[in-house]
Amino acid sequence: MIGNEETHDVERLLPPPIKRIVVDEQLQPTIVQPPVADPVAATGPSAGAVRAGARAHRRGTPGPERMTLDGLSVSYGTKRAVNEVSLPIRQGEVLALIGPSGCGKTTLLRTLNRLTELTPTARREGRILLDGQDVDELEVTALRRRVSMVFQQPNPFPMSIFDNVAYALREQAMKRPGKAAVEPQVIDALRRAGLYDEVKDDLSRPALRLSGGQQQRLCIARALAVRPEVLLMDEPCSALDPRSTAVIEELIQELRSELAIVIVTHNLQQAYRVGDHVAFMYLGDLVEYGRTEQVFAAPRAQRTRDYVGGAFG
Amino acid sequence: MAATAPPLPQKRRLDSSLSSWRWGDRIGFVACWAAGIGLCLIAAGIVLYMGFQGLKYLDATLLVTHPNVDTDQSKSGGFLDPIIGTVLLTLIGIAIATPIAVGTAVWLVEYGRPAWLARLVESGIEVVAGTPDIVIAIFGLALFQKGLFSWMSFSAAGGAVFGRSFLTAGAMMSLIALPMVFGATREGLQSIPAHVREASYALGKTRIATIRRVLLPAVKPNVSTGAALGMGRIAGDTAIVVVLLGATLRLQSEGGLPVLGTLRGTGSTLTSYVYNNSPAGEGAAPNRAYAAAFVLLLVVIALNFAVDGIARRGARYGLESTRLDRQ
Ligand SMILES: Nc1ncnc2c1ncn2[C@@H]1O[C@H](COP(=O)(O)OP(=O)(O)OP(=O)(O)O)[C@@H](O)[C@H]1O
Ligand SMILES: [Mg+2]
Repeated sequence: MIGNEETHDVERLLPPPIKRIVVDEQLQPTIVQPPVADPVAATGPSAGAVRAGARAHRRGTPGPERMTLDGLSVSYGTKRAVNEVSLPIRQGEVLALIGPSGCGKTTLLRTLNRLTELTPTARREGRILLDGQDVDELEVTALRRRVSMVFQQPNPFPMSIFDNVAYALREQAMKRPGKAAVEPQVIDALRRAGLYDEVKDDLSRPALRLSGGQQQRLCIARALAVRPEVLLMDEPCSALDPRSTAVIEELIQELRSELAIVIVTHNLQQAYRVGDHVAFMYLGDLVEYGRTEQVFAAPRAQRTRDYVGGAFG
Repeated sequence: MAATAPPLPQKRRLDSSLSSWRWGDRIGFVACWAAGIGLCLIAAGIVLYMGFQGLKYLDATLLVTHPNVDTDQSKSGGFLDPIIGTVLLTLIGIAIATPIAVGTAVWLVEYGRPAWLARLVESGIEVVAGTPDIVIAIFGLALFQKGLFSWMSFSAAGGAVFGRSFLTAGAMMSLIALPMVFGATREGLQSIPAHVREASYALGKTRIATIRRVLLPAVKPNVSTGAALGMGRIAGDTAIVVVLLGATLRLQSEGGLPVLGTLRGTGSTLTSYVYNNSPAGEGAAPNRAYAAAFVLLLVVIALNFAVDGIARRGARYGLESTRLDRQ
């Protein structure tokens, strides 16, 4: 349990928000990324406001490649779910993955952190590189901490809010840093996920008593707590109301400077709002990949045109 | 007519009196009610009768004095030893049963491979659950009289192993508690949705870590419920006590060591005490039997309340709140 005074102490002890450090230290000192260029989005999370300012802070130059998919195919038994997909996933930007239901978006996403290996029938071909290294050469647990995931349904563990995030931080079953040791990181993760102010009064509350939107942000906090390089989000807003959706979209805008984000969405407007690049899949094939404006305004393929055509009619 | 007729019988059915029902329905209805009320009456009868008789004969000194073999009722003492025996045997039994049952349930639900072995394990537990306790008791006696198990009881001068002790009785008692702990744990594990495990793997956790830190804490209320039910069964069992505990009125220690001596020794429990003092047994001290039976009843009822309490408290972090809207 975290009392109020204690909480304030911890706040004072906290290091400055790490996302800026990450941007400064790593990889892309040349890219000046205003954290939130849109003042409207920063103050009031209404969907309209986010949309109005969303495209304002798109950069010209793409960031460095974090992950590379090279001829990636996935089959379930004899059924091809993903077919020869090659894609770059770049630091500091959001890749929106769109396409009709069943086209293999979830499968593609789950392959990136090797979660498909939990499905006995799934078989993978092609290469996935993380910072130039084949993911098959990495320890799977280490890979999943570097490439973490938020699921379509909020899926907190049946424990307290604190323990949900602390569990992600603690190494494995046997080594157990104490509560005090992980507390600053837990609070930081909750804050980065924009949840801290709503739950700080009682972090020992059961996570499953939170609202759906809060649960999803807790899952994001959990995913962020391991300090991933890539964040995979599978339709993170599909179970949420417009307000919670706006909060999470805003969060994505803030996080994009420190991470590479891949987001699957059925909502084309959301893809337009949050995506720097858009990948359109159809029946397992990658039909089109390009900058968001280009894919929406001037799609090259007829399939893409048909699919995105209705979105901004 | 076709348009208005269907709602009519339904409405009649809901708020009309019994007199408009068919005879078969009426009899069935009355029988169901009678069965329910009858059961309540029987339960109330047991509790009230035992309470009345028990309180009449029970006094505090009975609870704290050792029993004596004496035909004079005023000198035959209380039932301190049987109370200790019941507690001891219950603790031994559940301490053996719980880890085995939980481990088996975890293996079955989380690994369960090869499938034939999983099926075999499940049927094995079903067989154990269905075996009458007297059969378990006799099997236990045959087993623990083997020289290999002489450390659990004591050996006579000629080398014959006695086979009767708290340890041997507790080991067999664990078999009657095991299916309850196993069933409750398995049910708990199965009710945890797959996406909870997946969330843990997605955070880079191993399967062991997931079991240890997510699944086991989540099924703790189930384990406790199963354990409390199992303890109730152990506390209420007679056959294994009579056959395997030796049913000596007092705790008889074997060997010099304080705790191990008692565990290797014999004793009695409330159930064997009640049996021996009831008109059916040789002691024929029905007032003591009633008093002890009342205490036993209180113990078992308390365990049942503990089950309810655990189940209610366990919902705190539980999945119940979201399970409905997930499906
Ligand atoms: N575990 C599985 N076993 C067999 N086939 C599967 C499995 N999971 C997915 N598939 C199949 O793979 C294909 C791609 O599924 P996937 O879930 O990746 O689609 P999706 O693009 O995420 O769809 P949606 O937008 O509806 O979530 C589908 O045809 C699906 O039937
Ligand atoms: Mg999907």
